[in-house]
Amino acid sequence: MVHMMNRRRILRGMLNGAAVSVALPILDVFLNANGNAFADGSPLPVRFGTWSWGLGLTKQIFVPKQTGANFELPEEIQALAPVKQHINLFTNFDGFRDANPNLCHKTGWVIMRAGAAPANQTDLPGETIDVTVAKTIAGPTRFQILTATSTGNARDTFSYQNATSVNPADISPLQFYGKLFGGDFQNPNLPEFKPSPRVMVRKSVLSGVMDRTQDLTKKIGASDKARLDQYYTGLRELERQFDLALTKPEPRAACVVHPAPEEDAPMGLDVELVTARHKMMTDLMVLAAACDQSRVFNLAFAAAFAATTKKGYDKPHHTATHEEPLDGVVGYQKECSYFIRRQMEGLAYHIGAFAKFKEGDGTLLDNMLIYATTDQSLARLHQIDGLPMFTAGRAGGKIKTGLHISGATTAGQAGSPGTRLGYTAMKIMGVDLPSWGAQSNNTSKEIGEILV
Amino acid sequence: MSVTFYHTRLGKILRSGAACVLALGLLSCSEKAPEQKAAQTAPAAKSASNAALTGLKGAPARVRRLTPEQYANTLHYVFGDDISAGQPFAPLARTDGLLASGAASISMTVGELQQLQRNASSVAVQIIDKGNAETRLAPRRDYLIPCKPANVAAADDACAAKFVKQTGRLLYRHPLSEATISKFVADAHRGASDLKDFYAGIGVVIEGMLIDPNVLLVADTTEPDPQRPGQKRLDSYALASRLSFFLWDAAPDDALLQAAEKGELQTPKGRARAIEMMMASPRLEAGVRAFFDDMFGFEDFAITTKDATVYPMITGQTMIDAREQTLRTIVDLLVTQKGDYRDLYTTRHTFMSPYLAPIYQVRPTMGWVPFDFPADSPRVGLLSQVSFLALHSHPARSSATKRGKALRELLLCQPVPPPPPNVDFSAVENPDARLKTARARLEVHRTNPVCAGCHKITDPMGLALENFDGAGRYRDTEKGEKVDISGSLDGTNFNTVEGLGKALHDHPALPSCLVKRMYSYGTGGPLSTSDNSAVTALTGAFAQDGYRVPDLMRMIASSDAFTEVVDLPPPPARTAGLTPTGVAVK
Repeated sequence: MVHMMNRRRILRGMLNGAAVSVALPILDVFLNANGNAFADGSPLPVRFGTWSWGLGLTKQIFVPKQTGANFELPEEIQALAPVKQHINLFTNFDGFRDANPNLCHKTGWVIMRAGAAPANQTDLPGETIDVTVAKTIAGPTRFQILTATSTGNARDTFSYQNATSVNPADISPLQFYGKLFGGDFQNPNLPEFKPSPRVMVRKSVLSGVMDRTQDLTKKIGASDKARLDQYYTGLRELERQFDLALTKPEPRAACVVHPAPEEDAPMGLDVELVTARHKMMTDLMVLAAACDQSRVFNLAFAAAFAATTKKGYDKPHHTATHEEPLDGVVGYQKECSYFIRRQMEGLAYHIGAFAKFKEGDGTLLDNMLIYATTDQSLARLHQIDGLPMFTAGRAGGKIKTGLHISGATTAGQAGSPGTRLGYTAMKIMGVDLPSWGAQSNNTSKEIGEILV
Repeated sequence: MSVTFYHTRLGKILRSGAACVLALGLLSCSEKAPEQKAAQTAPAAKSASNAALTGLKGAPARVRRLTPEQYANTLHYVFGDDISAGQPFAPLARTDGLLASGAASISMTVGELQQLQRNASSVAVQIIDKGNAETRLAPRRDYLIPCKPANVAAADDACAAKFVKQTGRLLYRHPLSEATISKFVADAHRGASDLKDFYAGIGVVIEGMLIDPNVLLVADTTEPDPQRPGQKRLDSYALASRLSFFLWDAAPDDALLQAAEKGELQTPKGRARAIEMMMASPRLEAGVRAFFDDMFGFEDFAITTKDATVYPMITGQTMIDAREQTLRTIVDLLVTQKGDYRDLYTTRHTFMSPYLAPIYQVRPTMGWVPFDFPADSPRVGLLSQVSFLALHSHPARSSATKRGKALRELLLCQPVPPPPPNVDFSAVENPDARLKTARARLEVHRTNPVCAGCHKITDPMGLALENFDGAGRYRDTEKGEKVDISGSLDGTNFNTVEGLGKALHDHPALPSCLVKRMYSYGTGGPLSTSDNSAVTALTGAFAQDGYRVPDLMRMIASSDAFTEVVDLPPPPARTAGLTPTGVAVK
């Protein structure tokens, strides 16, 4: 309890967007002698996160001139300097639309998250990479996946369960806090545990709901049965959650419970407001990871059609990509680059927050893999070749960091599929998959340079 | 008794006892509800229109998820307007022009069910609320639970059964089976015993009801159609639900369920009586609002913001009131005045609020008041209202293209193709200071033939609204240059906003688009080829009846197509995926 009080003091202000900058004490009693596993020998959980930014890059000031370990950060990604040792940067990887149209601001991100080009604007992506990974690593956590966005719009999500169901994004930090640490949260480090009789009754009621769900299945057409089957699967998962709530949670060394934010972040697409919400959502995801409430996280700084605005500038980011003239001196769209730089600041904060949070003999980021993608390379022309991507974290020691990898191949030929990184990430996360992606985006080739 | 009690259907039913419940029946009631009395005097659908609407093919049976508004409206009807329904659902994908049609294909995810469970728990806590003596808030449990337990700290099966039977019937939209009632009572018993609190047991039962797919999904259950051997029609309860969600945007009320129980909805006279009762109810307004809110894409108000440095007078309340102004205009003209739908685009009558007055540059008002723009005002019809102008603009400037695109897609059902992905914007990027107006900039843009095709579809009518900036304020000039608002719509030229409104008023696609959307909305899913004959007949009948929207709603609800069920047409063949693997096209 003394530890918790200390931690609360240390973390005060965290949810106002200030990253945790003080190392937290380690509850050694929970860990083995080396601090890299639990006392009972079970490994620390490995997490997977996705992070999304909008509208790509300005190639000449984003792509480093060097590849490998000793690359210099060009000016558009200079904000990543404090976390450079934690990241890998991937450039010049391609998405392939094959016979499908190049759907502006959709084809690119769908390929990178679901492995296949969509046929039209209403074609949902199908199972996205976070969902696939969650099936392998979610384990006994309360939330298979946590999805949030900084945009204030629940539709701005890159997570799809399948071609008919979307995982909407949480938009309110206050409500997100309530979801994570509200009524049903059980502090894993409390010494006493008493199963809730209310949960036991809920479980009994749920069995009746499941029976009636099956009765309903008999009354509907074949085309709707699959949707109801998915509903039933959701109820089964709810049942599992109730069982979990009736079981004493494993202690989590890094878990701290922070008081709720006093007020919610204001909505709006001004970049300052978006940045503030992004920080709060990041902080909450860090706490959720530390308390093992989920092992899969999705956070979007911007939508694919990024509509972020800047005070005094009349064009939102997306509009600017099409209407801002190339600057005669520097040769690129300066306002567009401003928006990208602000997003890179967000990425640096996101990575830094996990990197600064102690867990065992390392940090949360050491036991995590963050996969960051965007929707276009050059947004002005909706290009999906030369896509940039990042990873961050060492995934429990399975990958190297601090590298710049280029997917460029012989000039004039199709580039290396960007899906190789998603495939690599899934393999690292333990997903047993012989290949990933459709048609030209199909790959069975990992990006070996980053593997330990 | 609190005011809330009187405002809940459950409260009304419980207050008056079983005898009065029977008296609310559509046919047997000797002391009819006010809406029923009104229904008896309401005009029946015109016979000519009815004749045109017989023998039409219906839509396929569907399973659709409740919309957030339907969920909230239902909870408010059953438990009172002061119950906070929360926001437990994933957003719907706009499908064939409507969010409501997206409800017919969306699936529920694990995360969504977890959210629904948390939300159900929150709703249950409100329903069994103990009240607050200090603030004199009456305990909701006293009027939402139909009986008091013999011992508040123990189970009371008789009282639990009464609650389950009455509330369950309204939430499930049909009477519960004895087996279901028994299961819920057993759960309530266990909850009361384990938690030593009768109301806690009831609370857990409510949670179970509010995560049940039989409550959250509206399934078109069917039965053999005696009029068409070998064919199917909606069963009585499914028909009651379809009528109620269409006309009221909420689950059926007690009277409609009674009509379903008695089989009255399956007879032409019985269905007509039920429809007239619903059309005469004040709840029709909620149904009309919900439809137009969906058709006009007003969900985007939740995410529309304006640059405060450019439009400091726009606040969050301004945008809320802009939406409300248009909905009030619609309800007043279409429902209260029973006016011509097309007149929405030429009317000068609306409503004004204190937050909107500065945008319209008129004298501030005290609350909402009826308002008429003078004959020489450029404010004519919905296109000149802030809701349309601000919603279809950029955060810091107007957009003739967005406005033209919205007019085409939302009001005329004419999809505008997306911009080509590799368009060269170099012409627009030329920072020529002489290009002061949107018209001048777009003219340069249209010099690119790839762009010109689509911009010819959207810009001529969008430019006619350039007298209004991105917030919807009137302006004569843009950057010091006089704004030219001449334009055209499919062959009709104009040089005033009024001219644009009249051109739209007379456009043949305006009423046919409304019919398509409303039929789709009423039958719960996107249109398919089987709906063509119904839509064609309804469009003709709509014109014949003078474009009266309540009459159109009545005609749709009364038509054979509304209740008859056809087999699902095969999905369109997909061409994607036929390209041989390995052929990369960048």
